[in-house]
This record gives sequence, structure tokens and C-alpha cells, in this order.
Amino acid sequence: MLLIHCPYCEETLPEAEFAYAGEAHIARPADPMAMSDEEWRDFLFIRSNPRGTHFERWRHIHGCGRFFNAVRDTVTDKFQMTYKAGLPRPDLSAMKEAAE
Amino acid sequence: MTHFSAMSLLKNALTGHKNWREQWPDSQPKAEYDVIIVGAGGHGLGAAYYLAKQHGITRVAVIDKGWLGGGNTGRNTTIVRSNYLYDESARLYDHALDLWDDLSQDLNYNVMYSKRGVMMLAHNVHDVQSFQRHIHSNRLNGVDNRWLTPEQAKAFCPPLDISDRRRYPVMGAALQMRAGTARHDAVAWGYARGAAARGVDIIQNCAVTAIRRGPDGAVTGVETSKGFIRAKKVAVSAAGNTSVVLQSAGLRMPLESYPLQALVSEPVKPIFPCVVMSNSVHAYISQSDKGELVIGSGTDQYVSYSQRGGLPLIEHTVAAICEVFPIFRRMRMLRKWGGIVDVTPDRSPILGKLPVPGLYVNCGWGTGGFKATPGAGHLLAWTVAKDEPHPINAPFTLERFTTGRLIDEAAAAAVAH
Amino acid sequence: MSRYRIPGKGRIDHSRAVRFTFDGRTIEGRQGDTVASALLANGIHLMGRSFKYHRPRGVVSAGSEEPNALIGTQRGGPDRFEPNTRATMQEIWDGLTTESQNKWPTLAFDVGAINDRLYMLFSAGFYYKTFMWPKAFWDKVYEPFIRRAAGLGRSPTLPDPDHYASRNLHCDVLVVGAGPAGLAAALAAGRAGAQVVLVDEHAEMGGTLLSEPQLRIDDAPGWEWLASALAELSALPNVRMMSRTTAIGYYHENMVGLCQRLTDHLATPPAAAPRERLWRVRAKQVVLAQGAIEKPLVFDGNDRPGVMLSGAAQTFLHRFGVRVGDRPVVVTVHDSAWHAAFDLAAAGMKVAAIVDLRHHVAPALLRQAQELGIEPLPGHTVTRTSGRLRVASVRVASVTGSRVGAARRIACDAVLMCGGWTPSLHLFSHTKGSLRWDAESGAFLPDRKTEACHIAGAGRGLWGVAAALEDGAKAGALAATASGRASGPGTFAVSGDRPGSGVVVKELPTDGNPGKARAFVDYQNDVTAKDIRLAVREGMRSIEHVKRYTTNGMATDQGKLSNINGLMIASDALQKPAPEVGLTTFRPPYTPTSFGAIAGYHKDDHFEVTRRTTIDGWADAQGAVFEPVALWRRARYFPRAGEDMHKAVARECRAVRTSVGMFDASTLGKIEVVGPDAATFLERMYTNPWAKLQPGRCRYGLLLGEDGFIRDDGVMGRLAEDRFHVTTTTGGAARVLNMMEDYLQTEWPDLNVWLTSTTEQWAVVALQGPNARKLLEPFVQGLDLSDAAFPHMAVAECTVAGFPARLFRVSFTGELGFEVNVPARHGRALWDLLWQAGQVHGVTAYGTEAMHVLRAEKGFIIVGQDTDGTVTPQDAGLSWAIGKQKPDFVGKRSLMRPDIVAPGRKQLVGLLTDDPTTVLEEGAQIVADPSQPLPMRMIGHVTSSYWSEALGRSIAMALIEGGHDLQGRTLHVPMEGRTIAAKVSGVTFYDPEGQRLKV
Repeated sequence: MLLIHCPYCEETLPEAEFAYAGEAHIARPADPMAMSDEEWRDFLFIRSNPRGTHFERWRHIHGCGRFFNAVRDTVTDKFQMTYKAGLPRPDLSAMKEAAE
Repeated sequence: MTHFSAMSLLKNALTGHKNWREQWPDSQPKAEYDVIIVGAGGHGLGAAYYLAKQHGITRVAVIDKGWLGGGNTGRNTTIVRSNYLYDESARLYDHALDLWDDLSQDLNYNVMYSKRGVMMLAHNVHDVQSFQRHIHSNRLNGVDNRWLTPEQAKAFCPPLDISDRRRYPVMGAALQMRAGTARHDAVAWGYARGAAARGVDIIQNCAVTAIRRGPDGAVTGVETSKGFIRAKKVAVSAAGNTSVVLQSAGLRMPLESYPLQALVSEPVKPIFPCVVMSNSVHAYISQSDKGELVIGSGTDQYVSYSQRGGLPLIEHTVAAICEVFPIFRRMRMLRKWGGIVDVTPDRSPILGKLPVPGLYVNCGWGTGGFKATPGAGHLLAWTVAKDEPHPINAPFTLERFTTGRLIDEAAAAAVAH
Repeated sequence: MSRYRIPGKGRIDHSRAVRFTFDGRTIEGRQGDTVASALLANGIHLMGRSFKYHRPRGVVSAGSEEPNALIGTQRGGPDRFEPNTRATMQEIWDGLTTESQNKWPTLAFDVGAINDRLYMLFSAGFYYKTFMWPKAFWDKVYEPFIRRAAGLGRSPTLPDPDHYASRNLHCDVLVVGAGPAGLAAALAAGRAGAQVVLVDEHAEMGGTLLSEPQLRIDDAPGWEWLASALAELSALPNVRMMSRTTAIGYYHENMVGLCQRLTDHLATPPAAAPRERLWRVRAKQVVLAQGAIEKPLVFDGNDRPGVMLSGAAQTFLHRFGVRVGDRPVVVTVHDSAWHAAFDLAAAGMKVAAIVDLRHHVAPALLRQAQELGIEPLPGHTVTRTSGRLRVASVRVASVTGSRVGAARRIACDAVLMCGGWTPSLHLFSHTKGSLRWDAESGAFLPDRKTEACHIAGAGRGLWGVAAALEDGAKAGALAATASGRASGPGTFAVSGDRPGSGVVVKELPTDGNPGKARAFVDYQNDVTAKDIRLAVREGMRSIEHVKRYTTNGMATDQGKLSNINGLMIASDALQKPAPEVGLTTFRPPYTPTSFGAIAGYHKDDHFEVTRRTTIDGWADAQGAVFEPVALWRRARYFPRAGEDMHKAVARECRAVRTSVGMFDASTLGKIEVVGPDAATFLERMYTNPWAKLQPGRCRYGLLLGEDGFIRDDGVMGRLAEDRFHVTTTTGGAARVLNMMEDYLQTEWPDLNVWLTSTTEQWAVVALQGPNARKLLEPFVQGLDLSDAAFPHMAVAECTVAGFPARLFRVSFTGELGFEVNVPARHGRALWDLLWQAGQVHGVTAYGTEAMHVLRAEKGFIIVGQDTDGTVTPQDAGLSWAIGKQKPDFVGKRSLMRPDIVAPGRKQLVGLLTDDPTTVLEEGAQIVADPSQPLPMRMIGHVTSSYWSEALGRSIAMALIEGGHDLQGRTLHVPMEGRTIAAKVSGVTFYDPEGQRLKV
């Protein structure tokens, strides 16, 4: 069972408290009616599904109830970080450089 | 290819089995092929076999980053059935069942296809309505599926508990008799042997790192860990790794890859005569020819390529089995494992041409790909050979996600199947 | 005293006799014995028959890795029977019943042994090459035969009466294995004050120490040191020790599953004690001290009863005081078997010879052998054994280079073999930690870790007790420090240690025909060396293929004794180094674990919660028949004496339309939507226009997914400018709220609105029927209930029967109707009062079935029944629910997709059977031409179908292609044996003008 850090509760808690909520940073288009069928399809269904670093969402459903974002490696299942909803996609390479 | 039979077995037994030949050679890649198939699972190997056998296309390579049959083909719970709701699905899976019927004889390899029956349990009014809808649709599509009362279900499968004491009492069941199980490894090996005998190169431990396209956008070949291999036609049959492979061709897919776990019990003498699936309690079970209870359920909730999954899912699955079959609570779990399943938004596969000339895909089978193995192989071969889908796989396009013509089996059953 | 029991030896209680049965025969052992040790003490070596060849088999090991001695065990009646129990792990108690497996009629005379005669036919993978002709024989003859031959024990046939517990546990350091390495780790971490959990799968902690009584540790005899170490650990309040507890799996983020066996060793388990307990341990640090498992040697006839691992014989001697024979021969490639031989000789066994493949054996060992009267035979091999139900002799020959020289027979009644030791890396493997091949020791050793763990002792290739203690102490100290408790490792003074070394072999050299040798690699699955070579010949080049083709390593011991031998033989056949052929991977559980322990408390009433409303008790007392709806149970109908469902539902429906009915609608989802932007939010979420809905009014709301398909529906009331009472379907409540929260939190966080689930807060009593107002009015305070003041689709807060209430005038039945929402705790009281007052009106309780019929008569949809996730509002005839002026709402864009606007979509219509007494079956398919052959072109299906009391005929709703344009058309429903004709109609069968509401 994964351990997930809720950025709102600021606690690391077992997966059983959370619900996976799909790929992150797929914003609902501001004007759906202006999208082509292909563009709308991309929003509805096309997903990165990477083998490696994945930006995804979780909801702390049996806790504070908030949606938040996470960066997790889909091969090792290890979380790199979690961050609040609404924040932009973190620049991982910049962060890595800063750490080194 | 040595012919397998009781006679050849006896002859070889008398000579110490020294004369058996390798079932497929360990091939190294040539510079060019007419068709490259990415993924040496049951579907990919099947496609190679049918390309060679039915379309006379033998300059074919099946390439896999690991050992053939080492992905989902070697990890599934071996269920074969075709009792799907929509006409398109019923046709797709029943076509596979037709091929399963003669597969052992066709391949001269015993895939141990056992038509012992698949029974789906109904636990509430919605289940009853849903299964009746399946049964009527199947019947009129020529697919066998019939309704059983709880008493009939128990007579067919004695370990089933149909008492009112259960949290989700059985209200009836839908039974497809032509369905059952098959030996998963044998299917991969049988197709590999048959394809290799017809000149197909099976190249193992060779990762495809990219699909290359020419200036006109058409496929020119694949980059691999053993170098570049030219081909004008590339068919991707890589299950959970499809998104990764196709990304190099500039394609993004409506796929997500999830862990799917399964487990077996210690082997016991025959006790479970058929396959039973329960959507409401999320578990399904059969007994292998070796005596082990083979048990599976749904995917873990998060996208993953780790092939692991968590203990809680196993706990729920085992609890569900013990709930429906209380006699098994003292059985022991022997081993559990996981695979990676690629899931589409409507839980139906994508089998056809891609918007890149020369590129074809067979993916999105989710948790239900094994049953379709011969059919998928046959249809992929057809599509590649003729550069047009067969009528049976024609509806399973990538385009359906744009136009809205989904084939949503899960919506109807309200479950991951 | 049994013949093979040595008085005064072992750690069992010689003074307490214990009697159990084996195949009906009473066996006497001693308290502390396992079934295996007790049988051996009585000279019984024949304990089972092998899976494929039905060869007589005895015990090979003394631990959980046992592949042969699997027995059925039973406590009392057959409801407490389980198959495949390891005789080496099952402790005996008075009254225990055991049986051997896979034999008929008896263990000594088993007709299945015919398979052994035909072994050449039954080579690896033989079933793939045959049984294909004639085709029909597979299902009818061949497969039933294979299935009957398969399996080991017999399945339980009765429900298990025992219960199983489960717990979660957090700790600083989890130590797996209480041998010297584990004990040292636990001491180091425990003394540092860390929260330590120490587990061992055996009844007694100590591991190797239990078989090495000659040791002296810190100036005390080994067993005394052990006792004091255990006492010290046990006295530490921060240390928890659990024996008979197997670490079954190592999961993400340092979670380890433990299965603790609580009662299987007890004659009289405490009443209500769980049989087993599953622990889910989240440890900051894990120390894996699982030790090493001895490897068998591969030679012809290495499977006869009496052939076992040398370390096992040593364990049976020192732990259980049992001699495994009178006259053993030892065959080895490792020093450890020499020490075992010396111990056995010192205990009075006549060790005939020590056969060692190595030419160079330490002179001290040779000397000691000679002193004990044992013939040392370095540079020799064993080519064959004899004896059917018990080994009787070995054939020994010298080896020079690759040449096997002259042979001679040595009579014996036991063969003790040692092929070296395999570090036990099962749990490490679960974490997908990487392994590296150590060619010198012929073993995989742990390499890169993925979790916070330390591996210590023989588990990472260190031999000898001194090395294990030191390594364990270091690991324990590191683990304690890493978990926040600084610690130093401490040291141990050890004497009498016998570490030793050995070489790696794949098989013993032989002059026999390798094509005929019965040289076993995997005992349980009857896989021989020639099977593995055959697999390689047939093109299986990876260890995975070899495994699957031969089934080597796939038995219940998960290859503990066979994986490395199999790998060495395969890599030799492939002429490739072992790691190129493949890594051995292990999967949880470490040893087979009962389903009951894994299922834990999720059993019977606790399998899944059953949600009940506060009014449920009343329905129960009335004898209602219930149905499961999501996690709830709802009253489906209220049968009176002599009524079946049809009669009861007909009566309930009649009562509603002629007078008044009462219905418990409490399970419906309810969400309180509050805030200045509440209307804006609902405008965006639902299809309907909400902005203009006045406070005091309610409206039927339709919720789509972004894909445009109907997801949920419900009546929503506006209580104030900024407050809506939203209802959802019973099953959809959580999904809808989750969807709302998703949009609110992540798409429109700027909206000033918040959501609260109030499903459980309100009990809802629906009153439907022409007398509804008459029944309700006397109870209502603060509200004028007349039609003018409180029209259809109005909502208000008021007091009902003295309870604060939200009152909706809504109708799912088409009759005058009200839904009274009161705080849930008052639901039952409200119901009782209304029920009482309603008697004068002949009030009738109705259930979900009648509710379904009544709404169908009015053509109202049930989401999930008349829709199936592929139905749009237009399809369902609900275009009126879409706010035409709205620029956007969830799902709107999808409604414009090509296949969504295309003609020929399935549309919801009514169906009236030509024969009004025929009720269509829900789910039945519809065709235009019933005479077409199969496969038929189906154009739709029946979604809802009932007998209508109000209309005196059947009604049905269906989704039919282009249905809206087929009004009046006759279509056909082909059933088995007959075809039913029906006409397409509108969906509003009863009172289409809605007159019944205008009262």
C-alpha cells in the first residue's frame, strides 16, 4: 500500500485514505464549444501514460477531501512530491539542479 | 517442425527424448522485413503466424524487449469467453472462440482449451437486468448464453453458496458453455513454433526504442537495442507498453496502464468444475488443470508499470472469493503476481490502422485480452496484410473516440470486466 | 519411547506423550514434536506420494521449505480440515488427525505408481504434444483424466467455522527471522530503545542456534545464551516478539505482511480465539535475517524416503532428539554436512561414509571423521540409490576429472545430502530489489535496494554463527540509528563455530545414462534434470521459459529447494553464465497463507457494510422483502399473507393511485450546495437553467459526464438565493459529490460555494396519492399546503409533526405527492405518526418495486436502468431539461460530436405489447424483422417492463434506434420459443396531461 503525503493535511498517510484521480494538468478548456472534435477528444481521452515520471492527481477522500497533485514514478511507484491543486506543473529538472 | 502426437511422444520416449528439436530458434534481426510486429505476446505471435500461414507474408519479425510470452500472456487467469453485450464485441470475441475451437489442431500444440463453462453471477436486480440483456443479445447474435436460477447455478458449481445468509445472495447466473479456460503459455509457444516454422524471426531481448518515420510521414522501420531494422509496415501489439512505443511515432493514445493482480492457491484434487465471475463482489475463479484455484479481480486504482499492486486489493479479492465460496477459507494462497493492462475509456480494444501510413496497432484489451488471442492475431494479420481492417475489427478504431461511437461494455455492466 | 528417539536429547518435552493419527494409525510423539519429527521418531519415513509419478516420498527438510511431506490436517470435524500442510511445521497435539495425500488406495500401495513406470512418456511438457486427437476426446476423456491426476490434497468441502483477525502496526525496526543474525539485530535495536518487532516462522526462536548446541557465546553454552537473549528481549517493553509468525510479503513503502498462527498447535484453542492473525506492519526500517536454505544434490534416486538434507537430519537430532536412521551415508559438496555427520555419530548413529565430490577436504574434517569411525570418501560421487519405500543403499564411485571410476554399493537407511546453501532472498525480491550473481558461492546476493531495509547474516551469503551475530548486530544498529535511535552494534565472543565452505555443482557426476536418470530437481512437481535439459533442447532459453515448461520452481515451496539447481543445469545446457539465463524472482506469500487470514474480518456480516435507513426497522418488522441497492438495503415490497411479489406490488400500486401510499426515500443522495455562487455552480454542472429558479421552487436536474452521457438525475430545490438542496440517485450519491468537488476545487476554485453531503442527515418519507395532502396537512405547521400556496414542484422549510422539516411537493408517481425531509434521527418517529394517522385513509407502505412501476407509468427514467452510460438527454427524450441559452455545461460540447448527432441513435420510447397480458422481459432485444436468420439485426432492448394495475395491461420502456420516429410501428421481441409483437408508443402511459397533479 502506497504512502501519500497530503499537502493540505501535511501528513503522509496510507493509500487507503486516498482515491486516484487521473492525470494532472489536464485543464478543462475555457471555451469547449470552440474546440474541434479532435481537440475535444484529446481533452476527454488522450493521456500521457508515461513509463516513468507521471504528474497525477489524488483526492484525500477519507481525510480532508481535497484534490491535489503528485509526481510519481510509474515504474517504481515512488512519489517524488505532492503539491496543492491549482499550482503549476513543477519544473523537475530545475529542482534537481537546485538541489545539486 | 516435428509433428507432435502420441506416436511421436512414444517414439521419443523410447529414445530418451534426445531428438526433440527447438520449438523456435533464437533469431537475430536481419536488416529488413516486410512486417515488424512489436511485442511477442500471444497476440503478436498469433499475428505473425497468420501473416505467414494465411497471407503468405513470411519476411516478418516479432520483436520483444524480453522473452516471448513474458508479459500479460504469461500472467493472465486464462479465461476464454465471448458473452459480451454489444454486437461488435460479441462478434469480436466469438470469432476468437471459433479459432480457439480448432487451435490445438491448427497449431499441432495442445493449448488445453477447456470448454467447461463460464458462469456470471447476478447479485442484485441491476445484475439480473444486465445479464438478461446480455443473454438475449448473445442468443440473437448466435452466441451461447443462458440464464440459470440459483439452484441451477449451484448444481452446475457445487462449491457455490446460494443461501440468503450471504451479504450478496445469488439471484441467478448467466452461463456460457462454450467458454472456459486455456493454457496461456502453450498459446504463446504454439504460435511461436508455428510462426518460426514458417520463416518468421522471433527476436527476443531486443527493445524497440523508437519507430522511425520518413519525410512523407510513413513508417520506415524501428530503432532497437540491436540496431535499426527497416520495414514499411510496423504493427504494435505491446499491451501495457503501447503508449511508450507509439509516442516515438508521434502518437498519443487514449490508454492508461494499470497493475492487474492475480493469485493461485495450493493445488488440490478437482473441486471446481467451471469458471465463475462475480462483478458485484469483484472476483473470479477457476481451477487449473494442475489443481490450483486461479483467482483474479480488478486493477489497482493508479497507473503503474511496476507489475506489483497492493495487498489491500488481494485482501478484498480473497475475501470476495470466500464470501461466495465459503468452503475455500482454509485453502492457502500459493503465489500472487501482477501484470500491466492497457485500458481504454470504453474498455474495448483498438485494433486497426493508425493515422501514420504503415503503422498498425492492437491494444486496449485491458483486463480481457487473453480470450481474444487467436482472434486478435488473425485480425491484426489481416489488417496489416490488406492495409484495411476486417469487418470484425472495423468498429474498433482509434477514431471512435473522436466521433463518440464508443463500444462501452463496462458502462452496461457497470464494472471493469 | 520410540525406537529412534534419543533420551535426553532435543528440546521437546520427553515427559509429555502426545498422540495423533496418521492415515488412521495412532502415532505417539512428544510435546514439541512436529508431525515429521514424531513420524521419524517412530521410524516412519514414507509420508507421501509425488505429484506426477506417485513415487514414494519422505521428508526432505525440517522447515517450511518442505516439498514432499504434505499432509491433510484436521481438528475435530471435516469443517476444520485443510490440505497440503507441511508435516515439518505442523506441531502435534492430542487428537490431531492427519492423512497422507495423492495416493490410492494406501500410501504403501498406490496404483498411481504406474505413472512412475511410464515416466519416459511423462516427460516435461508432454501434454502439449499429445491429447489432441481425436478432438472430441480432449473435453470428454483427456482433460478429465489430467484433472483427476492433478492436485495434491483434497479440497475442504464445508464452510470454515474459524475466524481470523487482522491488525495494523507501526514500528521503528522490524526484524524478520530470529536466528543469530536476527536476534543480534533485535538486541542492538531494542537496547537502543527502538520500537522493535521480531518475528520467526517457527514455534521456537533461535534458528541455526537450535541445531548447534556445541556453541559457546559470550562465555555461556549456546542454548543458555539463547535463553537469556530471548529473556532480555521479552523483558524490553519496546520489543514485541512473535513466533509462529511468517513474514509473507514485502510491499510498497516498507509495509510487511505477517501471518501469525495462533491456534493450529493447540489441543484446545481458547474459545473465540482467532485461528490466525494478519499483521500489516509499516516499519521505518526492516532487517531481513531470513538465513539460507540448504540445497539438495541432484543424482539418480535422490528422492527416496530417507534421502534428506544433512542440515535437516542435524535439526531433527538437536531440536527433536530424533535419529533419522541407524546407518546414514552423507553425500556433500560443503563442509557443513561433515559437521552434521559428526553430530549424528556422536549421538549414536553409525555413519557409514561421507561422500564428498571435492578432492580437497580440510584435513581436520578428514581426521575427525576417521576418529569417529566414519569412512571419508573425498573425490567421490553418488551415481544411484536403491530401495523403494525406503532407501537401502547408495552406489558410490570415485571421480577423476570428468571420469567416473569404479563403483561400489554401500548399504544405508538414510542419505543425507548437502549441495550448499542458498541465501533466502524472498522478501527482498518482493520489493524488486536487484540481485547480483555470485559465481563463487553459486548464489544470488542482494544488490540494489528499493526500500529501507538491511539484509544480514546467511541471507546475504555470510556463513557461520559468529559472522551472523556480528552482521546482525551491525544491521540492527544501522536500522535503529536510521529510525532515530542512535546505537552501536555490540560484539559477541563465539567459540565452537563451524562455518565451513563448499563448491557449486549442478549435478553429481555419473556414469549412468543421463537420459534415464531419475535425478530430481523439483521434488513436488517431479521435475528431473533431464526435464530441464529437454526444455533447453526444445528452445526454452530463459529460466522463465524453463520454469514454465517444466514447472520447476512452481510448486508450493516456490522453488526454495529447486530454483538454483534448475538454473545451474539450464545454464550448463545453454553454455551461458547463470545470470544471463535469468534471475529467480519470488512472489508473495513467502509460504502459502490461508485465505482466511488474508480475508480477515471481511466475513459474513463484516464482508461489506449494509446501510440501513432509520425507518428500516419498521419495514423489517412488517416482513418486507429487501433488495440490495448499492451498499443499502431497501424494502422492495411488503407482502401480506399469501401474496407473491406480483400480487403485493399490484396492491401497493393500486393503493397509491386510489388513496395514499408511504415510501421510505431516505437512501437518495442529498447534497447541500451553499454560497453566493451556488446557482452559477449548478448552472455549469447540470444541464438545466438554475439561475431563474425561484427560492421555494424545485426542478428535476440532469447531470451528464463530459462525454455527454447521462450520469445521474434528481430533484433539486432552491431554499434561498444561495442555498440548494440537491438530490441524486441512491447509488450515485458519492460519485456525484466527488464529481462536484473535482470541478469546484480544481476547475472553478474561484466560485464561492461549498458542498456538504447530507445523505445521512435527512430521513425522507414520501406520501403519494390523492389523499396525500389530507394525511399530511394536520401535521404541518408554518406552511399553507393548499394547491395555490404550495403548487407542484414547490419546496419549503416548515415543521412537520413537531420536527424541523424540508417539505417538497414532488411526485415520482404522477399522483399528488410530498416528500418530507426530517433530521434522520426523527425519521422513524415521523413514519410511525404518519402511518398511524394514515390508517383512516387505508395508507399502504410501498417498496422500490411499486415505486418503479408507478414512475414507469409516467415515463420517468431510472438512471442506470433506462440509461446505461451511453444515453444522451436527446436519446432519453429529455431535451427539455437542457437550458438552451446556456453557453456551457458539463457535457455540452460532447453532445455535438458526429456520432452523437447522427441519426439512428437508440432513443427511449414506450412499448405496448399486442397481447396486453404479456409482460416483456427486461433486457429482451428488439428486431424489426423476426424471421431473419441468426445473427439478427437488433435495433434496441427493453429497459423497464411491468404489469400496470392502473392501465390493466403491461407497459414497457425501451431504447430503440430512431425510436422517436417509430411511433405506432409494430416491432418484435424474439424470445426463446416465441416472438412477442409490440407497438412503439410514447413513454407517458398514464395521465399524459398530468391532471392528477392539479389538485
